[in-house]
Amino acid sequence: MLRFILKRLADGALTLAALVTLTFFVMRLAPGGPFSKNRKISEEVLANIERSFHLDEPVWKQFARYVWGILHFDFGPSTRFRDYSVGDMLASGLPYSLTIGFWAVIVATIAGVSLGIAGALRRNTTTDYVAGIIGVAGIAIPIFVIAPLMQVFFALRLEWFPVGGWNDGWRSVVLPVIALSLPNIAYISRLTRTAMIETLRENYVRTARAKGIGPSRVIRGHTLTGALLPVIAYLGPATAAIITGSILIETIFALPGIGRHFVDAALNRDYPLVMGITIVYGTFLIFFNILTDLVRGWLDPRVRHAG
Amino acid sequence: MLDEALPARPQSTLSLQFRRFRQNRLAMASVVILALITAACFFGPFFFPFTGEDADFDAISQPVDLFSIHPFGTDEFGRDLLVRTLEGGRVSLTIGFLGAFVAGVIGVLYGAVAGFIGGRTDGLMMRAVEILYGFPYVILVILLNLLFGGGNIALFAAIVFTLWLTPAVIVRAQAQALAKREFIEAARAGGMTTRQIVVTHIVPNTISVVIVYSSLLVPEVILSESFLSFLGIGIKEPQASWGNLIEAGTAAMDTDIRLLLLPGTLLAIVLFCLNFIADGLRDAFDPNER
Repeated sequence: MLRFILKRLADGALTLAALVTLTFFVMRLAPGGPFSKNRKISEEVLANIERSFHLDEPVWKQFARYVWGILHFDFGPSTRFRDYSVGDMLASGLPYSLTIGFWAVIVATIAGVSLGIAGALRRNTTTDYVAGIIGVAGIAIPIFVIAPLMQVFFALRLEWFPVGGWNDGWRSVVLPVIALSLPNIAYISRLTRTAMIETLRENYVRTARAKGIGPSRVIRGHTLTGALLPVIAYLGPATAAIITGSILIETIFALPGIGRHFVDAALNRDYPLVMGITIVYGTFLIFFNILTDLVRGWLDPRVRHAG
Repeated sequence: MLDEALPARPQSTLSLQFRRFRQNRLAMASVVILALITAACFFGPFFFPFTGEDADFDAISQPVDLFSIHPFGTDEFGRDLLVRTLEGGRVSLTIGFLGAFVAGVIGVLYGAVAGFIGGRTDGLMMRAVEILYGFPYVILVILLNLLFGGGNIALFAAIVFTLWLTPAVIVRAQAQALAKREFIEAARAGGMTTRQIVVTHIVPNTISVVIVYSSLLVPEVILSESFLSFLGIGIKEPQASWGNLIEAGTAAMDTDIRLLLLPGTLLAIVLFCLNFIADGLRDAFDPNER
């Protein structure tokens, strides 16, 4: 088990290093620079500004400087928001992003698993079809269509929740969390349904039934662990989907998280801010992938010995 | 298998699979609807005397009136909403199918080579795939799009670059299994080179799996394209795409929800159809499912 953990951690570190390198050089190679969009300034001033951000040095030296910085948790200054360091911006935005992401995962898992189990136990009934429709709809209707529609109906017409922002306590969280969890509810319910139906066909389940164990105990004690394995395996990629979604959701609902800055930062070539957000997202993604593998290995010995 | 039970009239597995697909009513209905939408997007705009980029200043923000020259009204610049949506569909569908095809081809070749050669080459090639898998996908698409300088080609390249991974992994597993089969050994004994074997034996034998997964790629590509255009990174005004039309719709949603509903509904219908088709293909092609 220890070898398994160490191997996964080493892989994760390698992936993160590759991500940092690739992002750094892609940003530098992309046309334009952080100050090319500014109003006309004399070349001397521009050179001075660039020197203050070490942009006049050769790229490899900038890269070495940057890596040295992040090893000391110093993400550098933002080139656009002059008075803030990237570290400050990440620290102030992260709690909001994490709150939304955390609740989206919880809601998606609970709703998805319940729908999936209900569908599998009552196959080809109305319950199953309703769960199926939610499953397809969640995948087919993009977040950026459903979220504005939710704003129109629940915020503008019914006025139950605010349209955006973070000034209304738990009310401001409801719509973003629902919008963010919908696609994941869909995937998780489909996965659970398929896995549950497969597990119900297993010989050990039939044996348990034949021994006279009641249906609810068979489900809780015998099928649930097996049926949840694919769901757990999906939670790693689901984190990725939620990260992806949060860039959109934070933009649509004007939330003060870190995802909202990403697109602007990329378009304005705010190198340090783009790097900082990428590293945070990448670390989360890699961490959750490792965590999922560990939980799977713990629940299912086959996984642990395979790799 | 069924074809062994009917020795009198031998049928290829592929034609059997397509027959099974045709029996799936939901999937077939999706094919018809998708074909209609595609035809409307490509030919519909020709029936109007203006393009989606022509502003009609006498008819700004016209409401829905199915019997007028602007059946679904106009936006705040007087541009016809229906024509813009159809033209946007042209872009989205083209990128979707072309992108899925190119990503599929790259993935198949990469996976076939890695799986067939095996050994250290395979280890290195799959290591690269694994590392790319660990990347936050959207961030990668945005960055690559910037690297290629923005614009439609850049968008296309960025999406393809991030989506060939899954077909590569799937084909590799297939190729690995195939590499141990007798007919491959026979081909090698007969003097075929590695390249010949990959092209004539490995790739054709993975084709049904590839069809299934490429069909899943199409909605993914369309979604990525509209996602990026929605964020203002992909296809830019005045050229229309479903993503930037939806974005324009959300900006005006408190006054005029039509601008959001028409492109949004069309995009959702296309994604529904593509998902049903992919499900149908998987049921028809994957013997484990039956």
